[in-house]
Amino acid sequence: MSSEIQKILSTDGIPLEESLKKAEKKNKIKAFLLVTPLLLFLIITYIIPIADMFSRSIDDKMVTNMLPKTYKAMEQWDGKELPPEEVFEAFYLDYKILVENKTAGKLQTQLNYEKNGFKSVLKKLARKQKKFEDGNYKEQIMKVHKRWRNVEYWRAIKRRAPAYTYSKYLKGVDMYSNEDGKIVQVAEDRRIHRILWSRTLEVAFFVTLFCFLMAYPIAHLLATLPMKYSNLLMICVLLPFWTSLLVRTASWMILLQQQGIVNDFFVWIGLVTDDNRPEMMYNKTGTYVAMTQILLPFMVLPLYSVMKTISPSLMRAGKSLGATPAVAFFKVYFPLTIPGIGAGCLLVFILAIGYYITPALVGGASGTLISNQIAYHMKSTLDWSFASAMGLMLLTGVLVIYWIYNKLVGVDNIKLG
Amino acid sequence: MSKKEDFVKFDKVDKSYDGKVLVVKDLNLDIEEGEFVTMLGPSGSGKTTCLMMLAGFETPTNGEIYLDKNPISNIPPHKRGIGMVFQNYALFPHMTVFENLAFPLRVRKISKEDIDKKVDKALSMVSLSEFGNRMPGQLSGGQQQRVAVARALVFDPSVVLMDEPLGALDKNLRESMQYEIKHIHESIGVTVVYVTHDQGEALTMSNRIAVFNDGKVQQLSSPDKLYEEPVNSFVAEFIGENNTFAGEISDISNGSCKVKLDKGEIIANPISVKSVGEKTTVSIRPERALINPKDKMDNNQKGKIEEVIYHGDHTRVRLNLLGNSEFILKVPNSSQNLDIKLGNEINIGWNSHDARALDPK
Repeated sequence: MSSEIQKILSTDGIPLEESLKKAEKKNKIKAFLLVTPLLLFLIITYIIPIADMFSRSIDDKMVTNMLPKTYKAMEQWDGKELPPEEVFEAFYLDYKILVENKTAGKLQTQLNYEKNGFKSVLKKLARKQKKFEDGNYKEQIMKVHKRWRNVEYWRAIKRRAPAYTYSKYLKGVDMYSNEDGKIVQVAEDRRIHRILWSRTLEVAFFVTLFCFLMAYPIAHLLATLPMKYSNLLMICVLLPFWTSLLVRTASWMILLQQQGIVNDFFVWIGLVTDDNRPEMMYNKTGTYVAMTQILLPFMVLPLYSVMKTISPSLMRAGKSLGATPAVAFFKVYFPLTIPGIGAGCLLVFILAIGYYITPALVGGASGTLISNQIAYHMKSTLDWSFASAMGLMLLTGVLVIYWIYNKLVGVDNIKLG
Repeated sequence: MSKKEDFVKFDKVDKSYDGKVLVVKDLNLDIEEGEFVTMLGPSGSGKTTCLMMLAGFETPTNGEIYLDKNPISNIPPHKRGIGMVFQNYALFPHMTVFENLAFPLRVRKISKEDIDKKVDKALSMVSLSEFGNRMPGQLSGGQQQRVAVARALVFDPSVVLMDEPLGALDKNLRESMQYEIKHIHESIGVTVVYVTHDQGEALTMSNRIAVFNDGKVQQLSSPDKLYEEPVNSFVAEFIGENNTFAGEISDISNGSCKVKLDKGEIIANPISVKSVGEKTTVSIRPERALINPKDKMDNNQKGKIEEVIYHGDHTRVRLNLLGNSEFILKVPNSSQNLDIKLGNEINIGWNSHDARALDPK
């Protein structure tokens, strides 16, 4: 017996493996061509924007390019004492060009991020430097504003020297690198992002939990009811899908406000007194209620599709074998629904963690989430690089959750339908 | 140990799902301990409903079911201690074969060693000892079926119900499983209530067969009696093959009667007819009618061969006899060279005892 495995040949003498590859090549090309549109679409609308977001979030070339001479001169400066005359001269020359090109505003804003109060100092310099004489720029600049004597402002400029920075990411978790280049936390009263992150996780977790608790019985009912009733129920579940998200959120505002229908009802049945109506909107309660309702179908559908495949005779078998209905449920039915639970929870959690409109409308101050903060930086402060950084942190967080989830449940066990 | 005659007893059980139609009508059925009783009938005849009522998944609309003399209508299924084999096996797909079998024992809080012992015994009973660690999905249909049987038996139930358990298997496997289940039943002596619509299966396996039609038990008797002595024309028609003549009683006396047909007259055995003038259907099994009989028979007729079909072990001959052109004969292939050719006229004879005059169709 030879230890070699004999190669199997097809009838015309070519190794079987090769001729199989040949035969399937055409099909593979066809399949690839079929998915090409989607692939292109994904690359253009998903991969490229994310790459762009990433480069934007670490990009810090703007200041570097605006002050080329300054940074060259600063290379020798150790940052301990005030920089030498050459640095002052280089900065004067760089800044002069910026002022002449009317692009100094950007530099002012950027440096103000780095050191509060920088903007006014720079503006004053822009006005005064027109009358500067040649030579001895150090004296002249320091005369314009006394802050130019403060070495910290120069250090702030130097910190912006590298073309890439991770400072936006630090800011996203309420940290920054201080004057000595050490990473420290911001003052306690200014740590808003961490609150937002934990609140986002908390809201996503509880919304997922509420959705699960509500969707499980609904899905079970859907899967076991006779066709004519289950169709009607299915329409009820899907009805929210056919209504605009804004309309649904707005109707929750009508329902939940202090003079709203729900509060009226509570007063009417005597649960609360008229002058003591609970606040159910513009706080976390409102966010929970509205988001649970909006995301419920995403939990019901995967659960339903899994439950539909579970034969009712399994529960019967469990009971006939001596298990009480509760035991039969937890030992037989429930384990079989885990793929659906996994899919539903993952779907709802990931959707909830990035939810934006609903918390923006009904969340109020205590109900805003990290996505609202991202939107705020996109629209109001125009700090796009920070918004990108936070967006990427959110994406990474979701991927990490997905990874943990995969370890715990196993993605192969997930059934989306 | 004497066997209890009415171990399982259906007492005047009615069942209706919608309040309009009775699926089961006034069912009375006694099943002896250790017996293998099959409920046989066409689909929609109420046999599965009866099984479900016995298992506890349906409640009788009226009447009571007794298990070992105790009424069980108010006992939930998990307390009845009845094993059940389902149509599609209903094995738990997320548990191994071992866990499936251990399930009824674990919920009964039996100690671990006893569970191991009992599961091993049950697995070896269905010759699947090597398969304990497999998942049900990795087994073939026949193996899954045997696991289902083992699981229904592993907790030593007093009664095992089987709801068309062999329906999904191919023909050969079905036949070997029939014998296997029969042997298991014989070796452990458990009471089995078996539901099927396959009469061959019922005849092979059962001690007694209850033929269902239209929510009623038409006949409850042993397989041979059911086949040889059907009590009405539904049973005669449903079980095995059957030649019929529709006619009217022209004379009745001393356990035989004359039946007047459209063409001619035959002598028959009056089963469900009592007086002259009644309409009747006479039923004769194909193998009871002989060609050119040597012995003297009290019915002798001439018929014309219309069709000859070769079946391997026997040949089926279709005749036109007394105006009935669907008269079938089974001729064993070993029999002497008979003149079976299309269009020939031949002599047919049968005993009046085998021609049963039943209710008219």
